[in-house]
Amino acid sequence: MRPPRNYFARTFQRDAGMLSRVADSLYWMGRYLERAKHTARLVDVELQLWLDQSPEAGAGRWRFLLEALRIPTTQAAVDSTALLNTLVFSRTNASSILSCIAAARENLRHVREQCSTGMWEHLNRLYLEVMETRPEEGWMLKSHAFFHAVEEGAHLFQGITDGTMSHGEGWQFIQLGRYVERTDTIAALMETHFKRVAHPADQPVESTEYLEWVGLLRASVAFEAYCKAFTAEIRPLRVAEFLLLNPDFPHSVRFSVDRINAALHVIGDLTERREKLPTRIAGRLRAQLSFSQIEEIVAEGARSYLENVRSECAQIHAAIHQIYFDYSIESELAS
Amino acid sequence: MTSTALPSRFGAPPSFLNYRFDAAYDEMFEAPAQPREHYQSLHRTLLGLPPEELRKSQQAADLTFLHEGITFTVYGGKEGTERIFPNDLIPRIIPAWEWARIEKGLTQRLTALNLFLRDIYHEGRILREGIVPRELIYSCKHFRREMRGLNIPRDIYVSVCGTDLVRLPDGDFAVLEDNLRVPSGVSYMLANRKVLKRVFPKMFRDYGVCPIDHYPQALLATLRSLTPENCRHPQDPVTVLLTPGVSNSAYFEHTFLAQQMGIELVEGRDLLVHDNVVYMRTTAGPRRVDVIYRRVDDDFLDPLCFRRDSILGVPGLFNAYRTGNVTLANAIGTGVADDKAVYAYVPEIIHFYLKEEPILPNVPTFLLTDEAQRQHVLDNLQELVVKAVGESGGYGMLIGPHSTKQQREEFRARILAEPRNYIAQPTLALSCAPCLIDGEVESRHIDLRPYILMGEKATLVPGGLTRVALRKGSLVVNSSQGGGSKDTWVLLAGNGDDRVAQLNDDVRKGLVGRELA
Repeated sequence: MRPPRNYFARTFQRDAGMLSRVADSLYWMGRYLERAKHTARLVDVELQLWLDQSPEAGAGRWRFLLEALRIPTTQAAVDSTALLNTLVFSRTNASSILSCIAAARENLRHVREQCSTGMWEHLNRLYLEVMETRPEEGWMLKSHAFFHAVEEGAHLFQGITDGTMSHGEGWQFIQLGRYVERTDTIAALMETHFKRVAHPADQPVESTEYLEWVGLLRASVAFEAYCKAFTAEIRPLRVAEFLLLNPDFPHSVRFSVDRINAALHVIGDLTERREKLPTRIAGRLRAQLSFSQIEEIVAEGARSYLENVRSECAQIHAAIHQIYFDYSIESELAS
Repeated sequence: MTSTALPSRFGAPPSFLNYRFDAAYDEMFEAPAQPREHYQSLHRTLLGLPPEELRKSQQAADLTFLHEGITFTVYGGKEGTERIFPNDLIPRIIPAWEWARIEKGLTQRLTALNLFLRDIYHEGRILREGIVPRELIYSCKHFRREMRGLNIPRDIYVSVCGTDLVRLPDGDFAVLEDNLRVPSGVSYMLANRKVLKRVFPKMFRDYGVCPIDHYPQALLATLRSLTPENCRHPQDPVTVLLTPGVSNSAYFEHTFLAQQMGIELVEGRDLLVHDNVVYMRTTAGPRRVDVIYRRVDDDFLDPLCFRRDSILGVPGLFNAYRTGNVTLANAIGTGVADDKAVYAYVPEIIHFYLKEEPILPNVPTFLLTDEAQRQHVLDNLQELVVKAVGESGGYGMLIGPHSTKQQREEFRARILAEPRNYIAQPTLALSCAPCLIDGEVESRHIDLRPYILMGEKATLVPGGLTRVALRKGSLVVNSSQGGGSKDTWVLLAGNGDDRVAQLNDDVRKGLVGRELA
């Protein structure tokens, strides 16, 4: 739900809207940080799962990881060291953890006067910490502390942001970036997952399959929350429902889309552009998720449903860009 | 000053044992061990200060600068090399009567320079009457033909000015340089004051120091008073600060001023011009911009008009400016009046437009286009300072007494090749003031940069940036060349001081201003 706004208080504000460049930077900072956090979480979970499995199963898993992270798979055989390098330390891969945190910091640096000192200090510290880490021999096996630090760093940053930055338009753009990224990453992860597991049943699963589904839950930080809702009995259909349609869990697709909607509504109000494209697409996606049932979705094909979610999400991103950051001046002035 | 060196620095109370006197005017002492009247209380305080307290104060001051990110960027170093601007804790004190003269002098000077700029970009009376040679103006790198015949609001070309003053050996202030383009440093003036108030609260109170905190407000009022005539909301013009961006050395100051004034900090790419109107791109659509306080040099403002390779500017900005749809502060082409060769003519310029004697003198200047003067300079390079006319920030300078033979030969060749590009001045022994160096009080050379605002009225915030040449014996105070700064205290006038009774009144109101004729 969108928080109620005091319209009377708003009249003290002189003009609607903020600089597009600043909004753009804040939006991307939110996206990059969310991406870094998600990558750290996913790689960490995969490494743990890898310990539980036979060595042969390894190669397939790495490919899965790349796909789930939306990184184009290379033709060459993937070995674990090179892969970790790509995902964590690579400068050429714009989605590596290091690149993401560097990009988030760079975005914040350009709009430093918009954020609180605490935000800057924390993100800067996280950046320095990541930059200092070197992939030494055997790093992979003790990497948990690193991934944990990245994840925790991102959570702390979110907390500092929420606690110290005014929840105005700029903050809403950070939220927007965070949840657009989250929707897309969770949907991509599930889509990849559905490629390799059987038709999800409303039955408890065991052994290998059990590990896969638990892996999916853990990668979405959802294992504990799922257990609270459905006990530790892992039923694939309920897992899918939980991650896709649960309205209360912060890493579910539906929750994320709800947040996108809320942010877009507030931004729409503040900028007097509520009727514009992004709000409409996001509303449509939200309605879809609110009124769908998991049985229907699975019957019609979960993967195509998820593909559709991702495509809508991409459209929201493009629409935000087009309406708020990079609109054509001629058409704006004409209207 | 690095904080790591602090613990060992303050073993004993600060002493004046290493305080040296030379030919220069000394700010604190009339004669050795005889402080001037307005410095006596500070002198006593310094002598009675427990070393531990001094150490803590310095540490607290350094930390404040670090935490608040009061830094500048050093060019040529690693990417994003940010440094604290070194701050000296001992304030520089200027009595009210001296300030009154500075204030009058600078207002007079800037008034004349604005009239001069209007004249040379319109009728050119001063050129026709041969007071200032025509070729001197037209050969100036910063003369902008594009400004010919262009009318600007209130005819104010320079609305923000930071003039460098030095003391002559007899103690009189003289103008060393007019900075009429994009003067910087005012944020350090405000930061120094904030820190000093924390460090010496009691002394600050007892001294009775004029406040300077209203500078951002005065700057905003000045900018708004220059609103273009065809602004649609003249009561509420949209004002922005245009910065070259994060990598500019003064970026901290840009963010600071924008924040203090409550206006948007924009980069060139945030602005666009449509039908000769400037807009900034906001999330609520394009918003019309009326006044731009630009901290971007002329050359980079508009790639369609000036440097084509500039990506800092806004294509079409100049045409919008010509049309009168937007105000730029400062105006374009003001650099012609702070050209160091034109500087030599400022006393005549004041005379010509105001029929007044200059209140603040110039430093004697040799023009190298004149054959006799040039010969004199070339014969005496060792005693003189040679400056490139269009440079600032301490670049492109030869300080004769501190130069090598090779450097002098190099400058001789340069002067002979392009005499118009250089001027020479006698080497000034900038006045000395006490500074805290390694726990001791030593004397260092300083100058003074007050900031003058010119809009509906002239405003001088009582104070300025006192820059310090921290290296012993050095005469170069620029931050890019190892300089630091200290707080500048202008004292409230005491009772019965007729010379400043009027000024005193204005100061109490918090604003020193005068209606322009």
